[in-house]
Amino acid sequence: MKENLKVVGHDAVRLDIVEKVLGAAEYTDDIAFGPNLLHMAILGSPYAHAEILSIDTSEAKKLPGVKAVITGEDYPEKFGLYLKDKSIFPVDRVRQVGEQVAGVVATSYEIARNATKLIKVEYKELPVILDPYDSIAEGAILIHPDLGNYVIEPWLEAQPGTNIGHLRRIRKGDIDKGFAEAETIVEGEYHIPHVAHTCIETHISVSKFSLDGRLTMWNSTQSPHTQRNIMAVALGMNHKDVRVIAPPIGGGFGGKAGISMEVMAAAGAKSCPGHPVKLRWTREEEFYNSSQRTGLRNKVKIGFKKNGKIIAFKHEMFWDVGASAEYGSNVVNATGFSATGPYYIPNVYIDSKACYTNNPTCSAYRGFGYSEFSFGIESTMDKAAKIMGIDAVELRRINAIKEGEGVAYDVPMNPNGLIECIDKVAEEIGWGIEEKSDDPNKIIAKGFASVWKAPAMPANESSSAFIKFSEDGSINVMVSGMELGQGLLTVMGKIAAEVLGLTLDKVRVELPDTDRNPYEWQTVASHVTWSCGNAVKRAAIDAKDKILDTVQRAHFIDKSQLYLEDNGVKCTTQDSFYIPFSDFVITGIQTEHNTWVGGPILGSGMFMPEYTNAMVDPKTGLGGHPMVHYTVGAGAVKVEIDKETGRMKVLKMAEAFDLGKAINPDLSKDQINGGFVQGLGTAMWEQCIFDEKGKMLNDGFTDYKIPTIVDVPRDMNPILVEVPQPDGPYGARGHSEHTMIPVMPAIANAVANGLSVRIVDVPVTAEKIAMRMNDPKYKEEM
Amino acid sequence: MNHILKFNLNGEAVEVAVKSNEKLLDVLRDKLGAVSAKFGCGVAECGACTVLIDDLSVRSCITFAVEVEGKSVVTLEGLQADGPTKIQKAFIKHNAFQCGFCAPGFIMSATELISKNPSPNEEEMRHALAGNLCRCTGYQNIVDAMNEVAEDNKGGVK
Repeated sequence: MKENLKVVGHDAVRLDIVEKVLGAAEYTDDIAFGPNLLHMAILGSPYAHAEILSIDTSEAKKLPGVKAVITGEDYPEKFGLYLKDKSIFPVDRVRQVGEQVAGVVATSYEIARNATKLIKVEYKELPVILDPYDSIAEGAILIHPDLGNYVIEPWLEAQPGTNIGHLRRIRKGDIDKGFAEAETIVEGEYHIPHVAHTCIETHISVSKFSLDGRLTMWNSTQSPHTQRNIMAVALGMNHKDVRVIAPPIGGGFGGKAGISMEVMAAAGAKSCPGHPVKLRWTREEEFYNSSQRTGLRNKVKIGFKKNGKIIAFKHEMFWDVGASAEYGSNVVNATGFSATGPYYIPNVYIDSKACYTNNPTCSAYRGFGYSEFSFGIESTMDKAAKIMGIDAVELRRINAIKEGEGVAYDVPMNPNGLIECIDKVAEEIGWGIEEKSDDPNKIIAKGFASVWKAPAMPANESSSAFIKFSEDGSINVMVSGMELGQGLLTVMGKIAAEVLGLTLDKVRVELPDTDRNPYEWQTVASHVTWSCGNAVKRAAIDAKDKILDTVQRAHFIDKSQLYLEDNGVKCTTQDSFYIPFSDFVITGIQTEHNTWVGGPILGSGMFMPEYTNAMVDPKTGLGGHPMVHYTVGAGAVKVEIDKETGRMKVLKMAEAFDLGKAINPDLSKDQINGGFVQGLGTAMWEQCIFDEKGKMLNDGFTDYKIPTIVDVPRDMNPILVEVPQPDGPYGARGHSEHTMIPVMPAIANAVANGLSVRIVDVPVTAEKIAMRMNDPKYKEEM
Repeated sequence: MNHILKFNLNGEAVEVAVKSNEKLLDVLRDKLGAVSAKFGCGVAECGACTVLIDDLSVRSCITFAVEVEGKSVVTLEGLQADGPTKIQKAFIKHNAFQCGFCAPGFIMSATELISKNPSPNEEEMRHALAGNLCRCTGYQNIVDAMNEVAEDNKGGVK
């Protein structure tokens, strides 16, 4: 029987839109901390790779207003999420330009900044590695000579004595036999540069050690509990004495996942007990010192049977993770398991290597590596389609993975609507219909890509939730999933409202505060709708049980006859029976003897997938169950290109994702539009450009172009497909990150379709199109 | 050097001590508690700090505070003194923002546009808002909301 849903599945105004439009949302930097507030500034390294010979802070300490100067001498330990290879402040060497060498706490930011200029550091320059191929070359200088001594998660495979922080291999089937049986083999080599998240709010932490030793942090973060854990362990404190508060966040996109600059603010605060200490990145520091997206050099080789079926697939990925792999190692891991794309393939060979370089450190970025590797796969698929004379969309339909077929690590694929996504996108974009520009100098072309992504998580990630009723029957939902803009508050509110028969105006969902809200691993991986949503649903069911118990005991009606609707309790056998929640959820229900039954209604719930297992055979990647499920989708663009200048305009986009169940259909479509445009930036303009010494040449919005309101297509077509996820709340699974993934290959495929030029290195700029259009090296036959 | 700066903020006369090199954004946020204008870049590239000075939209992060002597400055706090404006209501209805950090800047730029050109066509509107960066939304809902405001100002929609 189909559930008759009253709240879930319907459009809604976001729970947080009013506070944001009225300027009521207090972001971290908006909170008033009073006259005790101190400010912190950081001295960054001018070199990408150098030994630190000496640091002299004496002059800085003498500047009036300076309260503390902190260096690696004070904090020699390493930290990190999965691989502890990162220094709070380095002791012996710097590994990227901008790496923090010292921090100054002072009464004003200006004084702190001026004091950093008085710190004298002696460096000895070391050879600089900026490309993953150089990183793995024989004789390359080791960026982390102590790699073998670092603390590392048991499911990661560091390669001490090399620059490889993690190696994930997949060996499924017999790759040599597969290629031997292939009728057509198509190869390609690709390059993805570093790009930056560019949240409009830069990273910020305000940290305070109170005089009794408690640590409180107000952080712009996606990961309050993870940060609390890292801080408590590092400082040897009880978790209960570390409090991380997550005010509204001005963009995350993975860049505020895990922990980075917050440790420096805490170090500054440790030196000045009783004072809140604010550390806020400048825009330049945001480019250097938060994190960037992993760069990638990859080689794709696909073997096909005559009917278009893929029989063998080899993918070598050399990830440029930058100076630290503390988080990037998991990008490398997750993609190592998944870099086939959404296709069933019997014989798979994947090598995914985390190559240290002296570029800025990389971590999570919306898509978690899938955007990067999908560019190569989807470009190669288009190339293959032309060689075999099969329509590019049809080739994807032929290979689309179906429920039950083995993924790369040979676990059955979850139920999915990939074919439906492909077909709906193809129809919307007018696939196969030739279109001509009114301008004879311009051509119109279309490009297509299909993609997938799984949440990348430790096997025992978990979420939990509390729900508490108040006198009027309204509820506060306490979770530590973070509202990043994706709509988490509205999703969680709706799930609770649906179970409890509440109207949405009775629901408030609280932002994380580790003192008050229960545990959540992190808001990353597009997994909170599924994981945190399950916890909220269970918390609501728990509260519902207590409500029904109370009514059953007071009214002697069996609770199987009771249900929740219209902000109260109703009965299936008595039409007139209705008790509003406001009558009893705090006070209880008065009996005929004037005693009371019940009391304050609370619910709690938790969720952890109990079928996952990250401990695979490191030689084959098989034997475990590292991913919970995949969300699939497809995207296409229609572009207009000037044949002389290469200038390209995207006229139309269509993207479809199978999100299992849309809790908020309108907000899900917003995710598609937003993710598409973020992907468009990386496809057409964005790239961190470094000089030969690792200095970034475009560390501001003037030179690092992100899409503006004039750059985006006028015709945006987000499409939702719903094939339920068996263990998702109301069948839902995540899809917010995925929306970026098809864009780079769809753009490159459109250019190849229109001009027969294959761009293998993003961004696909007008210059590249114009200069390569007639160069036989880049020619791709129609 | 310190100046006693006098100007009108959101309809009220204010007096505040500022240094010659202090930026208007910092004075508004740190000394006058008007925190709706945000720091995003500090060099007028993102638009998050946009305020109105004598009805013109200005990037407060590169404006010296002393430049507003005797002038009228409006931030989001003042704009909605009589309740949400028509633009704000449209932005709410259309879920125009996600993280919301860029929202105050967008609203100030949109307010300037609509005050000069009550019914802009879509391309005029996009051009006027091109200096405000949003990383979340892809801009579609902002466009939809502004189109509704423009239509309404024509008398086209209820």
